[in-house]
Amino acid sequence: MPAPASATYPAAGRRRRWTTFILPTYTWAMILYLMAPIGVMILFGFNNTKGKLNVRWQGFTLTWYRDLFRIPDLTGALKNSLTIALLSTLIATVLGTMIGLALGRSKFRGRGLTDLVLFANIAAPELVLGSALLGLLITVQVPRGYGTILIAHVMFNIAFVAVTVRARMAGFDFTLEEAAQDLGANPWTTFRKVTLPLIFPGILAGALLAFVLSIDDYIITSFVAGQTLTFPLWVYGATRIGVPPQVNVMGTLIFLGGVVLAVLNAVFARRRTL
Amino acid sequence: MRKRLAPYLLILPGGLWLAVFFVVPMVILITLTLQSGNYEEGFKLTWRWANFSDALTLYHTQLVRSLLFALIVTALALVLAYPMAYWIAFYGGARKSSYLFLLLLPFFVSFVIRTAAWKFILTDEGILLGPLKHAHLLPQNFHLLATPYAVIGGLTYNFLPFMVLPLYVALERIDHDLVEAANDLYANRAQSFRRVILPLSVPGVFAGILLTFVPTAADFVNASILGGTNTTMIGSIIQTEYLTFNDYPIASALSFIVMAALLIGVFAYARALGTEEVLEVSGA
Repeated sequence: MPAPASATYPAAGRRRRWTTFILPTYTWAMILYLMAPIGVMILFGFNNTKGKLNVRWQGFTLTWYRDLFRIPDLTGALKNSLTIALLSTLIATVLGTMIGLALGRSKFRGRGLTDLVLFANIAAPELVLGSALLGLLITVQVPRGYGTILIAHVMFNIAFVAVTVRARMAGFDFTLEEAAQDLGANPWTTFRKVTLPLIFPGILAGALLAFVLSIDDYIITSFVAGQTLTFPLWVYGATRIGVPPQVNVMGTLIFLGGVVLAVLNAVFARRRTL
Repeated sequence: MRKRLAPYLLILPGGLWLAVFFVVPMVILITLTLQSGNYEEGFKLTWRWANFSDALTLYHTQLVRSLLFALIVTALALVLAYPMAYWIAFYGGARKSSYLFLLLLPFFVSFVIRTAAWKFILTDEGILLGPLKHAHLLPQNFHLLATPYAVIGGLTYNFLPFMVLPLYVALERIDHDLVEAANDLYANRAQSFRRVILPLSVPGVFAGILLTFVPTAADFVNASILGGTNTTMIGSIIQTEYLTFNDYPIASALSFIVMAALLIGVFAYARALGTEEVLEVSGA
């Protein structure tokens, strides 16, 4: 945008230097800095490394893509992570959407309390969430494993979905629901044919968030997993000895999967207007 | 009648799940802090307040260290994030969401992997330090891993989005007309920033500080992957006490202390600012 003449607006020259050069360069530099470890991860998934340590570049290879499932523990852990993420996302999305709907739509007596619990759940450090849940499991003497991991993941995801759905409902036009009911629709049909399609982008966004959070979770999972391994847990253990390149490949694939999902989500959201 | 029940029925399943697996555990955490015993024989509620003093005596170093690191990281994150958030919010134009997407893209990869990647980048003779040492820009025995610097660097990296997002949301909301008005009143660049934009962005700053400080203080993955024995954070201790020593009372007492310290900070904050603003900007 053309700046006014320097004579009448002396600061214009300085302003242009900051906003058209310094700040944008800084922002791009930060973006690159944030991407750096990802780039390294992807790159070294192609490293033709001989030993246990994947530290020096030794040539390009696709071996690790071919031998992706060579390490049984790792494959098992990845499978656990994927299935837990899918299941917990499903459950948390249903439960969370219901809460988000209730909060976005009506004023009711328990509303403040619900808000508080959701906020506490999101703001509380994972450390506290995980250790508290572990305390419960110990007291009730429930063995830790796949099931408890699933329970924990649903627990921390409900709030994220609820908040996302509720935010999406901010611009919701309730007269549409009323119109449907005036035309004879019962509450379930109204929900299915009017409300749901309109808030679906919000539900999808919440589900995506829940999925990513679940597949990446380390801290809470470490407390309630017992002997079961998930992908982050396995990788954490491996950082002491040496992370095999298969981890890089899996990380790359998960990353690409997440990107595809996010792009789809954005495209989908743009199609609908509230 | 049905209409009035509807919200309660809707929040019932999710609410129940949260009540059983979040609220109740919190209560149990508190009761565990006052128990004593050991793993083999079991634990009993003996109102052993000494658990707290024991926990503090044993681990106050790590506790203080965690809070200190969190403070440094939060300050660093604020300084790093603000110019970015400002530029994207005010000058990002139509590509604002693309910039945000790019910023958040790395976080599709697991936390653990990202941190492990930093460990890889920062190894002595690795791709960062190696060339610098060869060029004699660094002494040969220079190392970054297992120092507080690596841990703080890793923490700042991992929690940067928690600072950028609230800042961005608050900055994006500022009405540009206000800035124009300031300019019309002969304010120069620095003045309109200092007296209009900066104060209006304060809710975002507070939310960002809150959302960064709390998880950073409780984190231990960074310290354990990038740090050494002199950088252990309280989270690690708590994990070890629970899972290795099975000393649940001490572990719970520590968790409680961490939670209390953070809660006090949060409430002091919310008081200073007003809970609605903080909740609004942090997306709740």
